[in-house]
Amino acid sequence: MSGTYLGMPAFPVAAKEAVGNETLRGNLRHATHTIRDKRARAVAELADWDLLREAGKQIKDRTLRHLDRYLLQLEESVTAAGGVVHWAADAEEANRIVADLVKATGEREVVKVKSMATQEIGLNEALAAEGIAAYETDLAELIVQLGEDRPSHILVPAIHRNRGEIREIFRDRMGEWGRAAPDGLSDTPAELAEAARLHLREKFLRAKVGVSGANFMVAETGTLVVVESEGNGRMCLTLPETLISVVGIEKVVPSWRDLEVFLQTLPRSSTAERMNPYTSMWTGTHDSDGPRNFHLVLLDNGRTDTLADEVGRQALRCIRCSACLNVCPVYERAGGHAYGSVYPGPIGAILSPQLRGTRSEIDASLPYASSLCGACYEVCPVAIDIPEVLVHLRERVADQGGKGHRLEKAMMKAAGWVLDHPGVLAAGERAASRTRALHPSKPPGAGAWTDARELPELPPEPFRDWWKKNRGNDRKDSGT
Amino acid sequence: MSDAKVTVTGPGTGSRERMLARIRAAVADAPEAPEPARDYLDTHTADSGVVDLLAENLADYRALVHRTDGAGLPALVGRLLTERGARTVLVPPGLPAPWLAAVPDAVARIEDDPRATAGELDTVDSVVTGCALAIAETGTLVLDGSPDQGRRRITLIPDHHICVVRVPDQVVASVPRAMPRIVPTRALTWISGPSATSDIELDRVEGVHGPRTLEVILVTE
Repeated sequence: MSGTYLGMPAFPVAAKEAVGNETLRGNLRHATHTIRDKRARAVAELADWDLLREAGKQIKDRTLRHLDRYLLQLEESVTAAGGVVHWAADAEEANRIVADLVKATGEREVVKVKSMATQEIGLNEALAAEGIAAYETDLAELIVQLGEDRPSHILVPAIHRNRGEIREIFRDRMGEWGRAAPDGLSDTPAELAEAARLHLREKFLRAKVGVSGANFMVAETGTLVVVESEGNGRMCLTLPETLISVVGIEKVVPSWRDLEVFLQTLPRSSTAERMNPYTSMWTGTHDSDGPRNFHLVLLDNGRTDTLADEVGRQALRCIRCSACLNVCPVYERAGGHAYGSVYPGPIGAILSPQLRGTRSEIDASLPYASSLCGACYEVCPVAIDIPEVLVHLRERVADQGGKGHRLEKAMMKAAGWVLDHPGVLAAGERAASRTRALHPSKPPGAGAWTDARELPELPPEPFRDWWKKNRGNDRKDSGT
Repeated sequence: MSDAKVTVTGPGTGSRERMLARIRAAVADAPEAPEPARDYLDTHTADSGVVDLLAENLADYRALVHRTDGAGLPALVGRLLTERGARTVLVPPGLPAPWLAAVPDAVARIEDDPRATAGELDTVDSVVTGCALAIAETGTLVLDGSPDQGRRRITLIPDHHICVVRVPDQVVASVPRAMPRIVPTRALTWISGPSATSDIELDRVEGVHGPRTLEVILVTE
């Protein structure tokens, strides 16, 4: 995964800074608790929630098991409907395909629907390097883009900003990107939204190229689906002459009917609504309605590596609802930026290290960015066992070694040998008891793990010696 | 298996072949996944209650809901446009003529013209359409580009959308009941209440980009 936050410190460092920011913590706490409570009510309306969740899991698992077949079927359906399908193995290739497609239109700007996949590959930056301006049109993404900031939540990317901060960003920055904010802009959400409407409408109405992601792609029909609230998605999907959709290969579902499961579980899990205000579905191109050219870029970028991991592959079931973020006690305090990736929270902690590998400091730290409380698994609408994957990834990180892990591995190896040799163990225990007044209260080592843990006090005499002395006769009698 | 890296080299192996090969290698040892169980409910609502539930859920998401019969429809459409102060109304090519029979002459009718620019559409006040289907449990209108609904953009750019739903024929209880009645390959727009955002401190604000006012007329025929 490229285009991510290069040089990000490991999670504990970034989180420590975030936890000290009281405004951020206040904003996050309010937001996550509000969405979490609403979600619980929306889910409670459906008596068959558990069955829908299981069906969603099974549909995704079946799709992943035969991903090659469904992608080929999708390619055929989209092509038959007048679209063009491109395959991109990594971020660089996807960015190059999109840049070339934009250049071929002769245009130098594109309007964008909020898309995790294009954020993941750093598309905006790659287009900028080619002299193409990419305008984010989702209100929150606009706030992030104008503020030269990074998104901190999958669903509400500017959740870390309050209204006062947003007003300042609009007032100071809008003019540089297009229509300036009106004079005397207040900080009421309605006025701020109106300023965004005017600023962006100017861009929508002249746009010739739109770039999107998709929530689902239906192999059987070639239909792409985008769910959204604001209508900026509809603008980008229908007004331009050329539409380019960049979509992760895991977003395919086999049949039209499969959507009936996800269109019930996704809105309720994400915005806690019965249904999001707008859902757009298109199949290739449509006569005199919408774009005349449609390109679908199928993105791998680490997904096939993830698919190869038998425990970790379940992360590819994710439908990006963000319910796991809103219930996570760690996310609530650390905020989205600490995760150093476009995918924050519990899902980010298992997805990013799989897509990018665990070699960097931040990626190696992410599997530990959790208390393993399991709340994320409870709310996940496709039943991803996030704690299970976290533990699995911790094992992978520990296996690959590194500062703390080398010491830990050496200690474990030594302990293993001692436990295999009872005589050595008994001698060691006796020695330990005799010298117990000299023992430190914490384990040796400089890591956070040792700092946070106390060693148990040793008894004056090893248990086995005590047993021999006091119950030795019983033992003989029992003949064992 | 967990760190398997599959590399295919040689001529004629583009990313398409490489990705497909990697997928096949990745799942080669994976257990077969069964056909998904579809034992979830087909509906959560009794048939007798679907129209009321639709009205309730539309209103809950701040659409303005009106009810009338075939005879009362033209006057109601006329009244809603007048109350809105609309000077222009967009008309999809196949909108039944009687629906607009009582619209005052002061409200200019504009036929949807594929050559019209988005900027020209932006000057129009209101649009009146039918729909393909409505889903009661979610308060959703489904538009599929049929002649009484028109191109997707005409229900997007004007700030005021009046949508007529024929009840009970066009109303289904649930999403699972809607799917078989929708043609997937049409250009589809599902609308559940007016455009909305909650991006600023989670305060819901209507209409960032789409129509800020959605009026739904439930008409018994």
